[in-house]
Amino acid sequence: MAQTPSADVDRSRTQVAPSEQYNYDIVKKFAIMSIVWGVLGMGVGVWIASQLAFPFLNFDIPQITFGRFRPVHTTLVIFGFGGNALFATSYYIVQRTCQARLYGPKLAEFTFWGWNLAVALGVITYMLGYTQGREYAEFTWQIDLLITVVWVAYFLVYLMTLLRRSQPHIYVANWFFMAFILATAILHIFNNLAIPVSLFSLESYSLFSGVQDAMTQWWYGHNAVGFFLTAAFLGMMYYFVPKQAGRPIYSYRLSIVHFWALVFLYMWVGAHHLHWTALPDWVSTLAATFSILLLLPSWGGMINGIMTLSGAWHKLRTDPIMLFLITSLSFYGMATFEGPMMSLKSVNALSHYTDWTVGHVHSGALGWVAMITFGSMYHLIPRLWDTQLYSIRLVYVHFFLATIGIVLYITAMWVAGIGQGLMLRAFDEYGNLSYTFIETVVFLHQPYVVRALGGGLFLAGMLLMAYNIYKTIEPVRREAARQVASGRTETTASASRA
Amino acid sequence: MDLWYWITDLNNSKMVALLLFFSTFVGILIYLFSSRKRSERLESYRFIPFDDDEPDQKRQDGKHS
Repeated sequence: MAQTPSADVDRSRTQVAPSEQYNYDIVKKFAIMSIVWGVLGMGVGVWIASQLAFPFLNFDIPQITFGRFRPVHTTLVIFGFGGNALFATSYYIVQRTCQARLYGPKLAEFTFWGWNLAVALGVITYMLGYTQGREYAEFTWQIDLLITVVWVAYFLVYLMTLLRRSQPHIYVANWFFMAFILATAILHIFNNLAIPVSLFSLESYSLFSGVQDAMTQWWYGHNAVGFFLTAAFLGMMYYFVPKQAGRPIYSYRLSIVHFWALVFLYMWVGAHHLHWTALPDWVSTLAATFSILLLLPSWGGMINGIMTLSGAWHKLRTDPIMLFLITSLSFYGMATFEGPMMSLKSVNALSHYTDWTVGHVHSGALGWVAMITFGSMYHLIPRLWDTQLYSIRLVYVHFFLATIGIVLYITAMWVAGIGQGLMLRAFDEYGNLSYTFIETVVFLHQPYVVRALGGGLFLAGMLLMAYNIYKTIEPVRREAARQVASGRTETTASASRA
Repeated sequence: MDLWYWITDLNNSKMVALLLFFSTFVGILIYLFSSRKRSERLESYRFIPFDDDEPDQKRQDGKHS
């Protein structure tokens, strides 16, 4: 045990309810907003997936056409749903593993309002047609500045909480969160270096141009996946999997190897998004090589998480939250195998510019990111409100809706992507293209319908979760309001007696 | 001095990077697995998430399971 005299003294000194010992209010706010943005973001996702299958759903309304709604979807699910979940869980984990109250409550409050304002402004500006045109970084320059300030505040809150810890050691989950915060700061600043058209214009020009601009974009793009959507959620995994399983992580030393190998390797792989372009060939090869190497720490982490259940596999039969967590790790393993494979130049020649990439992204985003978030939230929310989940059965239903939805989604995209890739590069005996472009579009219709159906099932699960969480929290809030009201009545009565 | 010239020659940068990064990685592995005492100390950190468990345990079952 990591028991030191100071930790023991601190524990005996702080035998109060966690809700009083720690700042849970800020964690609650982020947790709720995560679910709100999750419902909206996944709803928009299903809508745009349906638009691709049935284009009449554009209804000739510019604000909801695919081009504008697509960044609305990605921003809401990555930064709204995922970002708020990361703020919530990181603020919770840092307090619980350091046994220290969160530093700077007002600063933490600022991160909540600032972050969610940025997400909301992003959605509005995209729908009005304003975008930087950089994937996962479409925010206009004013919103980028707001995010920078929020992120510095987040860094300060997190770092100062770590510094006031009672534990002598910083638990590994916090390493992942710290790497996420630092790397995201660097990525955000350099990817968004731009010259505004004027002080009051929403438009700007990137500081880079040509292949350098593409390099910067995908250095950012893949590291957003690596540090925002992987490292940070691994921080979540290293805390919630052991907690829900009721047993410590399989190997702490493996988690250290996992951490250093992952954060080192991820920084080099972005250029695999630019194979067969104007990019120098050696940069392509370097990115592919590091992508293959990345398989090792990724699978090391997956094995570390899954093996935590070693000797207690029966929990999977009785605990749907555990099902979410372990299934998410399985999808993490699948996506991190598929990614390196697709980064090979020969495979990429087929897969790039097809829906295989979209399927791969969602295998990670739905299977890993969303599933680990669902499991963590189902664990976290009852503890924050000091209550029990409204319905475990609904968690089961959610799990199966989500899993079936993901399977439909990624298999449809495999069919769409591989078929599309083969059609686009098929030649007849005279060297002419065998298929016209429109023939590939016609071929894609059926997989697109199945994809929309899969996404719809996933959204249905998310709606069930929102309902389950609402029914979990509402009685607690009602009881708290009743107590406040009865307290007021008593005060008034005693005042009138006096 | 020759070694210094070899290191600073940009044509050798790939080999220099390989040696630096690989030896760092091997160093981390040696640090983690070479000493039994250190291994025990590192593995003891696995229990940190359970250190303040008492007040809010066992909340697995739902009201309407």
